[in-house]
Amino acid sequence: MSFVEYSDLIQEGDVAIVYLGHESLMPVKVQQGAQTQTRYGVIRHSTDLIGQRYGSKVTCSKGGWVYVLHPTPELWTVSLPHRTQILYTTDIATITMMLELKPGSVVCESGTGSGSLSHAILRTVAPTGHLHTVEFHQQRAEKVAEEFKEHRVDHLVTVRNQDVCKDGFGVSGVADAVFLDIPSPWEAVRHAKTAMKKHGGRLCSFSPCIEQVQRTCETLADQGFEEISTLEVLLRVHDVRTVSLPLPDFGPDPFAQTPPGAAEKTPPNQASAALKTTTPPREIPGHTGYLTFATKPRT
Amino acid sequence: MADNRDDDSEYTIQEGDYVVLKRGDIFKAVQIQSKKKVIFEKQWFFLDKAVGHLYSTAFEIVSGGILQPKKPKDAESSTDAKEAGRDNRNIVDDGKSQKLTRDDIETLKEQGLKGQEIIQQLIENSSTFKDKTEYAQDKYIKKKKRKYENTVTILKPSCRILAMMYHGREPGKICHLRYDTLAQMLTLGNIHAGSKVLVFETCAGLVLGAVMERMGGYGSVIQMYPGGEPVRAGVESFGFPAHFHDMLHDFPICHVNALLAGTLDTTAKDPSAASKQASVAAEEEQKQPEAEQQGNPQEQSMETNSGADGSHDREKEEKEKRKEAKAQEKKVKQEEKRKKLAAAASLLEGRNADGLVIASRFHPCPVLMGLIKFLSPSRPFVVYSQHKEPLIECYTKLKEHGGTVNLRLTDTWLRHYQVLPNRTHPLLLMSGGGGYLLSGTTVAMDRSKPAGSQRAEEPAPKRLKLTDTEG
Repeated sequence: MSFVEYSDLIQEGDVAIVYLGHESLMPVKVQQGAQTQTRYGVIRHSTDLIGQRYGSKVTCSKGGWVYVLHPTPELWTVSLPHRTQILYTTDIATITMMLELKPGSVVCESGTGSGSLSHAILRTVAPTGHLHTVEFHQQRAEKVAEEFKEHRVDHLVTVRNQDVCKDGFGVSGVADAVFLDIPSPWEAVRHAKTAMKKHGGRLCSFSPCIEQVQRTCETLADQGFEEISTLEVLLRVHDVRTVSLPLPDFGPDPFAQTPPGAAEKTPPNQASAALKTTTPPREIPGHTGYLTFATKPRT
Repeated sequence: MADNRDDDSEYTIQEGDYVVLKRGDIFKAVQIQSKKKVIFEKQWFFLDKAVGHLYSTAFEIVSGGILQPKKPKDAESSTDAKEAGRDNRNIVDDGKSQKLTRDDIETLKEQGLKGQEIIQQLIENSSTFKDKTEYAQDKYIKKKKRKYENTVTILKPSCRILAMMYHGREPGKICHLRYDTLAQMLTLGNIHAGSKVLVFETCAGLVLGAVMERMGGYGSVIQMYPGGEPVRAGVESFGFPAHFHDMLHDFPICHVNALLAGTLDTTAKDPSAASKQASVAAEEEQKQPEAEQQGNPQEQSMETNSGADGSHDREKEEKEKRKEAKAQEKKVKQEEKRKKLAAAASLLEGRNADGLVIASRFHPCPVLMGLIKFLSPSRPFVVYSQHKEPLIECYTKLKEHGGTVNLRLTDTWLRHYQVLPNRTHPLLLMSGGGGYLLSGTTVAMDRSKPAGSQRAEEPAPKRLKLTDTEG
């Protein structure tokens, strides 16, 4: 197992994702002799996990069951322990494509936060790319570095505990892409420029507030960035439901022509019609942040 | 680890390269071929002069259809404080503010004036320009630039650029797949180097190319295709290095059932039988075209050499040789095809693919149910459809069938913004729809229990009305 390569069987030391039901996932560090409590009962790692195939159903002690899934950055994003607000898959997917990330890309990121985007970047740039990620909070930097190791992706990433606005990314002239998710991204633009390859590259800044976006765009233009573009993308989920719609009873219709043989099939007081449709959830995320993209030309 | 090598070769435009032409938001994919005229935004020009320059260079189209690199100074317009008004209360839009007529402008164009100069002329001949607010002046200049500039930028192709191009130019060819939806597909499908991905698409090869780009030449992609031949013209536009094609396989779906049943025979047939079959087929092929080609000269030569049997025999020999050569060619091609089919079949028959991506005009339900059998457990799949209802069917079918979790039917809402000081707002027009996605993860099929006892995925709604049921 690693977050950048599939394997078939669960092994000791793996991080597996336990699927408990609708939108309910839990990461589990697989260890000999260990046990994990779930609402369906206990999972015994040695018998239930180690040596089993990813995707298997596991029956827990209380009789309920769960599925054990191979980790992916997407499953990690919805199950990881939050230390900060994180980026979700919808924004991550857009960022990945708009930054033109692919195997071999070298990426600089700040702030690392809880590592949600970081894992997705690592998956995309593996096996020949690299991620330089900067986090100014010491404990968060240490925690995320630990996770990279557990997830067997540490060879692809360098974590630096410093302030990107003062000290930059710690590298220069190597990045194909830079991603900023910090309170004052305009302060990091010149460092982004330094970190990027002289041939040019792509930049993305994520900001919840429009004022931040305005300042960032101004700074990008001043610093010679081109193709500056701001957008937002929102996910709409459609829950599939069978809905029963009651039919009105207008009383017996003297003019109705009953076709032969059908008279008994549709009693005049038929209650309802079933319909397979989708409904939106009660509440949906209406805003995460604005994504500003730009291209650094050749310098 | 700084980029020490000054090797610009991968950033330099070369003959034969597949590139994307850009002006503003308009893109077009073309191949650099010498002396080949290209049309873009109603202008004809040659790309020859672009060779040797760096990608992302902006060029001006000068007379004769030749490209000339644009000097950066030309791009800047003076930002000196111009005379400007405070609001538009006194500006009357009577269509008479511009003193230059259409003919005047045409004359200026013919005189070879550059876009920037024409715009300057328009400003000077506009009676209302100086009364416009600064913002209105900016907007006016931007609008004129769009109309009169004749620059084109040459870009290196990428999934992002091609997806935007196809969506803007020919959405019908890609089932109206919007680029952000494609972005979701690539991420939800966990497309990454080293995996084995199945793709079924009728999006001109855009989706296939996007998957290949994210795999970087590592692993394998198997294009499942309907009909006789795989269609993937769009893949060329990505300009992948040659070795990327080594990881691309294809398999016709008409053989899927046979493969799943274990009855697909991809072994080499008996060689002598093959050659007989080939030569007979070749002969039949040859009869018509050869007769047409050689009908007259043969008749002529027979007339003139009516008595010379020697030359007549030689012609017969040559005819035989040609027939044999063609038969050989056909045998070789058939063998190649068989080998390819066998290679693709061996990748599929293990039923251990890591991902499945479907984006086509076909009804997605049977496609999905047919191809999902090739996936290992605990692997993602993504199905795109321009319409929602077919995906509702897929969802329902998958729930009945079992073997999947985390099913989600989604679409994305995309909005662009104009960000300018005091003029920041969302753009006035938005894309109406980018299509829908159904995504999920495979799990081990439950053999013991009947499918109906699947745990309900949807949470029970609160204050349940008696007439509503889930699933």
